[in-house]
Amino acid sequence: MTTILTNEPLELCADVLVIGGGPAGTWAAWSAASRGASVVLADKGFCGSSGATAPSGTGVWVIPPGGDARAEAKAKREALGGYLADHDWMDRVLDRTWRNMDLIESWGYPFPHDGGATVRRGLQGPEYMRLMRNVVAKAGVKILDQSPALELLVDGNGTVAGARGIRRQEERPWTVRAGAVVIATGGCAFLSKALGTNTNTGDGLLFAAEAGGEFSGMEFSSQFAVSTAYGSVTKTAHYSWAVFTNEAGEDLEAVKDGHYSASTIGRALLNGPVYAQLSKAKERPEVQAFLRYAQPNFFLPLDRNGIDPFKQRFPITLTLEGTVRGTGGIRLTDGRCASTVPGLFAAGDAATRELICGGFTGGGSHNAAWAMSSGSWAGEGAADYAIGLGAYAHARDVTGAGGAGLRAPSDARTRFDPDAVIAGVQDEMFPLQKNLFRTEHGLRGAIGNLDGLWQSVGGRAIATESARDVQRAREAAALVATARWAYASALERRETRGMHRRADHPQIDPAQHHYQHSGGLDRVWVRAG
Amino acid sequence: MIELLVRDACIGCDICVRVCPTDVFDATPGGAPEIARQEDCHTCMICELHCPVDALYVSPRGEPDPSVDEAAIVASGVLGSYQRALGWKRGMPGGADDDPGVLIAFKRPPDPSDKVRTQLYEVSMRTYIDVGPNA
Repeated sequence: MTTILTNEPLELCADVLVIGGGPAGTWAAWSAASRGASVVLADKGFCGSSGATAPSGTGVWVIPPGGDARAEAKAKREALGGYLADHDWMDRVLDRTWRNMDLIESWGYPFPHDGGATVRRGLQGPEYMRLMRNVVAKAGVKILDQSPALELLVDGNGTVAGARGIRRQEERPWTVRAGAVVIATGGCAFLSKALGTNTNTGDGLLFAAEAGGEFSGMEFSSQFAVSTAYGSVTKTAHYSWAVFTNEAGEDLEAVKDGHYSASTIGRALLNGPVYAQLSKAKERPEVQAFLRYAQPNFFLPLDRNGIDPFKQRFPITLTLEGTVRGTGGIRLTDGRCASTVPGLFAAGDAATRELICGGFTGGGSHNAAWAMSSGSWAGEGAADYAIGLGAYAHARDVTGAGGAGLRAPSDARTRFDPDAVIAGVQDEMFPLQKNLFRTEHGLRGAIGNLDGLWQSVGGRAIATESARDVQRAREAAALVATARWAYASALERRETRGMHRRADHPQIDPAQHHYQHSGGLDRVWVRAG
Repeated sequence: MIELLVRDACIGCDICVRVCPTDVFDATPGGAPEIARQEDCHTCMICELHCPVDALYVSPRGEPDPSVDEAAIVASGVLGSYQRALGWKRGMPGGADDDPGVLIAFKRPPDPSDKVRTQLYEVSMRTYIDVGPNA
């Protein structure tokens, strides 16, 4: 008998359970509560610090209504996204983000004033998420911190009816019976330590798949960001002022139109070290001062290593951000962000962002707009659905839907070490030659290895004594599963589109101008959407 | 990753235990928390930001850094520097309206009564504006 099963469980009922307490989760919780729903929000870490936004600062895709500004904003990234973004969804997100920024201001976020008018271009992560925690708490949402979810609960019809998890600092299980569940667990960066992303291990994607959910755009998961070679701060906007060089000091000409090319840098990294220096601001002290003030965390690893990035070059690397800044996730079936599973909604990076970004990263600003908009719709949709169920919602017989990494078949004889499985997944996802420059041969080899890892997480974990052991085993399974959907989708898309680069199919193919859906556990499937 | 918890400065409030998104710290009865799972740290700096007494130091490296020396770090003045750069004080936000980035963008100096930002503003001006690239 394991420790966590012997402690008295925390048992709660709510109309809506939100899993994840980043921007999308807090917007979902607030929106559901505003519709009159009772809401529980469970975060693996701490609502207010978990996820990629909290330690960061982000622009927001906020464009005033009227004139041509929105049409221009939509057109700007269409080609980058491989023409997969959807104009209706972009319009909805621009409209909702504009209104939500009004709400953020009314809640007391101190947007800067330029004379009289507020300037609402971006949000400082730590302050934004601290505010959202307070807003959610004031709305009456019950927040469970340090409480990773482990599995969804489903009723006899396969409808989602809550979730179960652990209070990891108390070694205590929790169960929330709910009329609807919102997955807002973020994307998956495969524990690369890219800024703020190690909470984002694909858990919500695994939960959704176990309940029968589907994904879209999982091939657009090859997002690599520049960071210093020894640190993990993946703030990249300032590199538009950089010159990237190889060991010999030759300019790689990696920056064009204010954006760096990950593939140019990636190819150079395969041949040796690559360096960056913010040389373009070397003679411009006013720019230096602005850059330094605008994004203190960019300079933090440099300052603490005694490097002046304007005067000295420093070694850089590419760090995988996976679907966090990439774009694939749970497939949505309507404007309320419902998934293909009754009772299950998805928001933020856990849901596919192709609808507004196509196959490319939105950078911080589209992603922030998507999180607050999709979070709002998912919260409202979940609230309406749950309230419609009435008392029946909590009267259902439910069972846990969780499998791999959590619950092994009774005849399972093999044991797995979660840390070894995680290292195995990273060996397939981190190398540039496998993930940035994809080929049929490379992908087939990786998929074979990942299939082997999936078999092993079907056994028992070597340790299940503590809540953290159980969490780790489950995360290992989620990482393997997410990697398999990503690479199966990458294999099927035989072209280069958006961030998905096939070295063996370097051109865009008009015949593949469609979304790709995927899913499945033991047998992974991919089909044109 | 997290490298130091300066025990002489720590007041045992356990805020870092509560807010760490990757659950790196363990509370101890009546004392300073322990860095129990350093390997899980993802260098997000949240603990430094929320610490009310600047008792934490996060190294910029993604791997453990055995060269970190407590006495040298305390003497360097780096403790709390990220809070100050973001305009936070004693673990509380300072208000994004006075973000240093905003002050520069709008070309206005900080409120002179805000000594921390005034100092930061002046230091930065000295380093990056008054002194030429070859100095």
